[in-house]
Amino acid sequence: MRVANDAEPAALDRGDPLSYAAAFAPALLDPQDQTPALVTGPNRKSAVKRYNVYRNNVTVSLIDALAAIYPAVQRIVGAEFFRAMARFHIRATPPTSPLLFEYGRDFPDFIETYEFARPLPWLADVARVERVWLDAYHAADGGTLTSEGLAAFPPERLAEAILVPHPATRIVRSKFSALSMFLANRSEASEEAIDATTPEDALITRPGMAVFVRRLPPGGAAFLRRLVAGEPLGEAASAAFAANDSFDLAANIGAMIEAGAFRAILPGDR
Amino acid sequence: MDAVADISEAPASRRPRLPARPIAGLAGTSFKPEHLGAIRAEGPQRGFFEVHAENYMGAGGPPHFALESIRRDHPISLHGVCMSIGGPQPIDRRHLERFQALVERYEPALVSEHLAWSTHGTTFFNDLLPLPYNLSTLNRVSEHIDEVQAAIGRRLLLENPSTYVVFQDSTMGETDFIRELARRTGCGLLLDVNNVFVSAANHGYDALGYLADFPLENVGEIHLAGHAEQADDEGDLLLIDSHDGPVADAVWKLYEIVVARCGPQPTLVEWDSKIPEWTILKAEAGAAQAILDRHAGKIMPDRTHARR
Repeated sequence: MRVANDAEPAALDRGDPLSYAAAFAPALLDPQDQTPALVTGPNRKSAVKRYNVYRNNVTVSLIDALAAIYPAVQRIVGAEFFRAMARFHIRATPPTSPLLFEYGRDFPDFIETYEFARPLPWLADVARVERVWLDAYHAADGGTLTSEGLAAFPPERLAEAILVPHPATRIVRSKFSALSMFLANRSEASEEAIDATTPEDALITRPGMAVFVRRLPPGGAAFLRRLVAGEPLGEAASAAFAANDSFDLAANIGAMIEAGAFRAILPGDR
Repeated sequence: MDAVADISEAPASRRPRLPARPIAGLAGTSFKPEHLGAIRAEGPQRGFFEVHAENYMGAGGPPHFALESIRRDHPISLHGVCMSIGGPQPIDRRHLERFQALVERYEPALVSEHLAWSTHGTTFFNDLLPLPYNLSTLNRVSEHIDEVQAAIGRRLLLENPSTYVVFQDSTMGETDFIRELARRTGCGLLLDVNNVFVSAANHGYDALGYLADFPLENVGEIHLAGHAEQADDEGDLLLIDSHDGPVADAVWKLYEIVVARCGPQPTLVEWDSKIPEWTILKAEAGAAQAILDRHAGKIMPDRTHARR
């Protein structure tokens, strides 16, 4: 073991001996930056390619992380397009948590502003469904309200009742056919032509271990969003009728129970 | 009936305790969710599974369902990848709490982390980044290991890194640095034999010499993995710790030497990308198990990793 020597020029130049991460890190995500001066190869060999191993590990692993979260987006645009887009994003917005399944929350908004994705205005919404799918996948487990549980609730108190959402339940609204695109690109299903301009609302649930993504009928999203926000059933239904006069209350309640969107029903305060 | 059952399960822990699954003398594999079906179809088997802790830090869902299923029948090793123990900045307390919660929930036979860092400032780089070896970093990393061991209430195994660069302000060799960390903190060591081989090639030293200097008496687990070949700026061989293929013949030879010296320590075959069919991964672990079994008489009782 060599003995530490304060007179060593390298040590003097570097000042704080704990500044190594601050010196090593910036160039990892900036290809314009030079190889940090504090590292070399053995025997003072050059370290450009050596440092680039770390650069490559960081960049490729983070692009792979986005590809794992957004497989439908990648399938739609192709791997080359996707990886170029993802590379811009990871450099601008690297992860701030070591939990990579939390990464990429800003990616849908980034897609919306990404110049080369402008011909695909619905792509960001497909990404939003995918991000929510992963949140549902990792959400806390919980039981679901069954049709029997609902039937046992006093009917005269239903209007005031509050529904407790299952931890996995999410709703995504799109001006486009984002749900159809998501479904077509996350399965082996045949590639039928999709009219991208049909607005779609999606309900994402995970009553057991499998994530389900369903299309909501007209007024359904307005109804469910209010229920999830803790509004009484009667008020949520009124809002849904106001949003769409063809809203079918019984069908929507049946569908949300079947989807496992809620955990329990509680009597309201009034 | 229900009341009686509740009383009989009253002890402090929220979940029923998991069965103790000894790990001594076993080979294991990285647990990959895509293998769950094949593993369960075979039923309980001899061997252990290692998981990256961060993949099980979600609230619920299929990851925990799979890990609970695996843990019921097998010992598991909890391998942290992102604690940034080797970084200068303080350990992320929230991350440490998540890690501690997994240790408590799954009662792993082994718990390990890396001599490396992955977070600087608020940016998580998702790679095992290197550090200089000197007295300043020795002090800092020792504090971090103390903090982690205090939080989890047990001994941590620290893994030697694979590296591609050297720091101009390193004043200690890696084996001296690691030995001193183990001495100061009481931590155990996870000896990654592939990392030794990769670093030795990349830095032009002799892997056997490294092992001769390494504090083998503190080793509580061994890692094996595949590596890839590239070239450095001078056109010389640069090995990459890629975990994407079978263990190299030269690494198997080093492994035999290590097992002969430190006994049949639990040994993991890591395979994290280009993941093969379960049967291929299982066969690779089987090759390690055969070597361990040849040295089965050498289990040293003072090497058990009981709770502190």
